[in-house]
Amino acid sequence: MKKMKKFLSLALASALAAGVFAGCGEEKTTESSDSAQSSSSSSNSDSSEGTLKIGSMGPLTGDNAAYGEAVNNGAQLAVEEINADGGINGMQVEFKFEDDESDAEKAVNAYNSLKDWGMQLVMGAVTSGACTAVSAETANDHMFQITPSGTSMDCVAPYDNVFRLCFSDPAQGTKSAEYIATKGLATKIAVIYDSSDTYSSGIYQSFAAEAKNQGLEIVAAEAFTADNKTDFSVQLQKAKDSGAELVFLPIYYQQASAILQQADKMGFAPQWFGCDGMDGILGVEGFDTSLAEGLMLLTPFATDASDEKTQNFNKAYEEEFGIEPIQFAADAYDSIYAIKLAAEDAGLTADMDASEMCDKMMESMLNINLDGLTGVDGITWDASGEPNKAPKGVKIENGAYVSMD
Amino acid sequence: MIVMWKKMKKTTRSNIITFGMVILAYAVIQAMVMTGNISSLFKGLLVPVCTYVILAISLNLVVGILGELSLGHAGFMCVGAFASAFFSKTMQGVIAPDGLRFFLALLIGAAAAGIFGILIGIPVLRLKGDYLAIVTLAFGEIIKNVINVLFIGKDANGFHFSTKDVISLNMEPDGVVLVNGPQGITGTPKDATFTIGVILILITLIIVINLVNSRSGRAIMAIRDNRIAAESIGINITKYKLMAFAISAAMAGCAGVLYAHNLSSLTATPKNFGYNMSIMILVFVVLGGIGNIRGSIIAAVILTLLPELLRGLSDYRMLIYAIVLIVMMLFNWAPKAIEWREKYLGKLKHRKKAAKEA
Repeated sequence: MKKMKKFLSLALASALAAGVFAGCGEEKTTESSDSAQSSSSSSNSDSSEGTLKIGSMGPLTGDNAAYGEAVNNGAQLAVEEINADGGINGMQVEFKFEDDESDAEKAVNAYNSLKDWGMQLVMGAVTSGACTAVSAETANDHMFQITPSGTSMDCVAPYDNVFRLCFSDPAQGTKSAEYIATKGLATKIAVIYDSSDTYSSGIYQSFAAEAKNQGLEIVAAEAFTADNKTDFSVQLQKAKDSGAELVFLPIYYQQASAILQQADKMGFAPQWFGCDGMDGILGVEGFDTSLAEGLMLLTPFATDASDEKTQNFNKAYEEEFGIEPIQFAADAYDSIYAIKLAAEDAGLTADMDASEMCDKMMESMLNINLDGLTGVDGITWDASGEPNKAPKGVKIENGAYVSMD
Repeated sequence: MIVMWKKMKKTTRSNIITFGMVILAYAVIQAMVMTGNISSLFKGLLVPVCTYVILAISLNLVVGILGELSLGHAGFMCVGAFASAFFSKTMQGVIAPDGLRFFLALLIGAAAAGIFGILIGIPVLRLKGDYLAIVTLAFGEIIKNVINVLFIGKDANGFHFSTKDVISLNMEPDGVVLVNGPQGITGTPKDATFTIGVILILITLIIVINLVNSRSGRAIMAIRDNRIAAESIGINITKYKLMAFAISAAMAGCAGVLYAHNLSSLTATPKNFGYNMSIMILVFVVLGGIGNIRGSIIAAVILTLLPELLRGLSDYRMLIYAIVLIVMMLFNWAPKAIEWREKYLGKLKHRKKAAKEA
């Protein structure tokens, strides 16, 4: 009996030790299992001339998980379409998405693990802070990168290998101020923004700068922070007291829906104006969409735009994932197609290494004109990495987005 | 050799094992890097692992040796990170050798965090138990929020400060924004390397181990074990508490410097400098053993690597991570598990020893 016990304890101890080593060995084994997983989206990839590996990272857990999820879905959809259509230059596309919890450090980890997987092109990161950290890494490795939704200037401006599909923060702020002024919507404007968020404060800063040029008066600029984003009565009261005709909300839709509800209770009914983060407000659970009536937003993508391309995208997306797409999904979808166009222009082949691809892609990005979901008259790029596209002014009428132009 | 080993004091032996473990791990990993036998993911994780190891050691000084609960360690890390990143960003191109600049940044980061440690410690260390935990928790949140409204720019006329926005900095057109509120500091030079990280770990180890085995260290532990008895024999409670707390804060600041100089974007989000991070560090300490420096190093390494190694599980990653955490805690600390371990693993050890001697 005693011997039996001794044997048992030895066996258990060795099992434990094996567990520890298995942890180390996992890195190598996951590579193969993961590529097996992701190749499900690129069926029959063996029959073609090699594969092109595109990696992406964004939040799949945590506060911003909805955006990472949307980017992942949008990109999956584009990749499936491209593969069904014969791929890029005959190469099938493999796409893999890693969680970064919208944290800079985790994003770099995600980038490194994608590099181990064999990633050749980067389509990411989703959030600005994470993207800035990843951009420094790709610049260091000389790998081509296009971010679908990293809006901060620091993501793209300092690096020549990084491109952007969405508007940058300054572009959104400036264009919003221009839009309000040229349409003559209001002259007295209040702003409520999230001072702890890079996206929100970035837009506010450029909006305030451009508003001065356009002769708009900012009568109240009220901030809230991520720790305190449920009660907006103080900010709304100040905006109301300042006699603002229009309230500019460069924030995400979750907070915006709370603001609209609380303003309604206070009997405060100015014009509301938002940016692309507002997209999705009609889908907030438990939100009375009639409160959003008349809300204007400047967004490159509206879910119920009437053109055929958007309609098809919506249909395919809803079929595949069971929910309505948001702008992040469209951004990702367009980013993948931008990569496709540039890769075809550059004549990428599977035997090139990432650095060689980067050189060719950087040149070709300047040549392409993408007829995408998020740019009405095509999107072009210049060497700064910023996209040239016209924003769409959209208004909510009868619970639906309607173009204002 | 073996005779010498046996003659040593038990603590000396244990310390040599701790140092040896760090140096051996460094040598093995460095060899792997040289021969190129290392994945990019693992290579990228080396500096963060060093950061968390230093944080775990420094918090263990407060929780394990001083016996006070601090939930604001991420706040000290944040102070160190921002102070040093600000310095490096301003001095980029002014101080020529990168090594010297990083060394100065390290000193500044540690000093800034240490000063905050003293400032916080003076009123707070007069409190006992839960109150200290609450005040440090609040401190961590305050630091994070203050940094989020801090704007600093520099132009020909010198520095400009604001707590409102960039526009109210009133800079000349050629001005550069150095600290941009919630967007933090971007473009910090990437000076932190694995070697520097390991050197810092060794330095923190030397500091903590020497402190513990010194007269001051014994006074600190006396306060932990019985405050009234310590007071009665004339130990200056506040002085020794403050000493341990400030040293710990300065070391957390060092970890912050390492963190800031490893990433090109530094923002104070709830994720990296909020109370979640403070609690994460506390988890390293509790899992590794309160007061057990070597254990907290191992726990920090495992818990930093684990979520990355679990990436293969995609959606279930965080779930599995949490379960592993619970299982590890139970295995380490449940009375039955300890009993079981002592009974079987202890016996195993005993037998091996007996076999060796024979």
